[in-house]
Amino acid sequence: MGEVPWLVLTVEKIKTYYGNSYILQELSFAVEKGKCVALLGRNGAGKTTTIHSIMGLVPPREGRILYEGQPITGLPPYRIAKRGIGLVPQGRRIFPSLTVRENLLMPARPPRNPEQRKAWTLEEIYNLFPALKERENNMGNELSGGQQQMLAIGRALMTNPDFLLMDEPSEGLAPVIIEQVEEIIKTLKQTGLSILLVEQNFYLACNVADEVLVMNKGQIVWQGSPEELLKNEDVQRDYLGV
Amino acid sequence: MSIFLVQILTGLAYGMLLFMIAAGLSIIFGLLNVINLAHGALFLIGGYVTLSLVNNYLNFWLSLLVAIVVMALLSVIIERFLLDKMYGQEFEQVLLTFGLMFFLADVAKWIWGTSPQSIPVPDYLASSFSVGVVSFPVYRVFVVLVGCLVAVVMWYLETKTRIGAVIRAGVDDREMLGALGINFKVAFTGVFAFGAALAGLAGGLGGPILGLYTGMEGDILILSLVVVVIGGLGTWKGSFVGAILVGMADTFGQMWFPSFSMAIIFIIMGLVLLIKPSGLFGKGVGA
Repeated sequence: MGEVPWLVLTVEKIKTYYGNSYILQELSFAVEKGKCVALLGRNGAGKTTTIHSIMGLVPPREGRILYEGQPITGLPPYRIAKRGIGLVPQGRRIFPSLTVRENLLMPARPPRNPEQRKAWTLEEIYNLFPALKERENNMGNELSGGQQQMLAIGRALMTNPDFLLMDEPSEGLAPVIIEQVEEIIKTLKQTGLSILLVEQNFYLACNVADEVLVMNKGQIVWQGSPEELLKNEDVQRDYLGV
Repeated sequence: MSIFLVQILTGLAYGMLLFMIAAGLSIIFGLLNVINLAHGALFLIGGYVTLSLVNNYLNFWLSLLVAIVVMALLSVIIERFLLDKMYGQEFEQVLLTFGLMFFLADVAKWIWGTSPQSIPVPDYLASSFSVGVVSFPVYRVFVVLVGCLVAVVMWYLETKTRIGAVIRAGVDDREMLGALGINFKVAFTGVFAFGAALAGLAGGLGGPILGLYTGMEGDILILSLVVVVIGGLGTWKGSFVGAILVGMADTFGQMWFPSFSMAIIFIIMGLVLLIKPSGLFGKGVGA
């Protein structure tokens, strides 16, 4: 795989370790610009490690990651983020010592290509998530799980990314809220944002993704469209436990 | 009664000096997770730099300002070239900052000698004013005001500015801050320099009251650690309250039980730890 203009992200044979445990075993995949790719797999398959490798939080020991054709492997996370990658982390990781408003404004950054993309502003985030507007002076830890998830998404959007990494946005949320998350992801896709979505929720992933990757033991074991995955009961049973 | 009022002022002024030192120590710990044992030495050198400049006929205010800038620059060098390599390694940090304390104290001995010295202050600050029969030294009132001003500035920076929000977020979750595109190493350097600048300011302001002497770095370090333990790690508000407590306890202790004053401070610390192990304003142990 070389520098292909329609790919936003290319992961090439990365090997990532946590201490001595070998997690990502020559993992390779690519994300096309403007697409939503879902990464599915059981607990421990290496999904979150993949997100952490891309973000530079746990850099791969071997292999390389290209973002918009440029290698980002080994860069510190803040530089990777500044290239235009936003993170909605597992467990939300809202800053409890900051108000909702501060959580949104503190990381705010203008888009890198303002002529191509309109910038997210505080008002627009509040339009997207009215509940946050009502609670803007509450501290980050005074929100419900669903509101924290909205805040985590809003916070990432305030950095005006071109590519969004979402790590289990449905985790621990009620079905009604998961539907909202689904709608939001669809809305974000319409803005042209490329998304890599890590999920345990098979149906949410299939509803929003253009392409699905199934991971097992640190490698991609299946790849295809959501329709194909919904028909393929072997893959569902063997790797997803559906 | 008049002695009592003057002692309150003395205790407050001492408390404000301790506050300026301990607040730096505390916020450095809060963000960087580093106990900077060289902090007392930074205080001492800040005092000596002010002294040298004042002795060379520089205006007291300018001397203070230069001392603050010198301490900030010195601490940037320490943070960038020494501490930066040891983040996350607590034992190495302790050895480094402990060693730096000895090193800086010896440099101070070498440059400024071993005999105790005091910083002269401008005449208008060296005078006293009277309220009824009680006569208060102007300089101590001035130190209390500066301490309160520092507290207001810290409150403003912490709660009203983006830098303050970045630092609070960094204390909460440093890794997440990086993932949002913020280079927290810049914040680290900034907070370390700010803390050192405060120590330098306290040294320059404290010189006229406490004097400057060999071994002072250790005394100041221990007292400010006590303040931080009482107030809680990582919070300057805790340092403010803790410093006033320690300042008062020390001043009145020396008046009423001269041979027992240090013990009183440690008894207070012990009581606070018994009632609230994380300190008066601390968020919890271990985080």
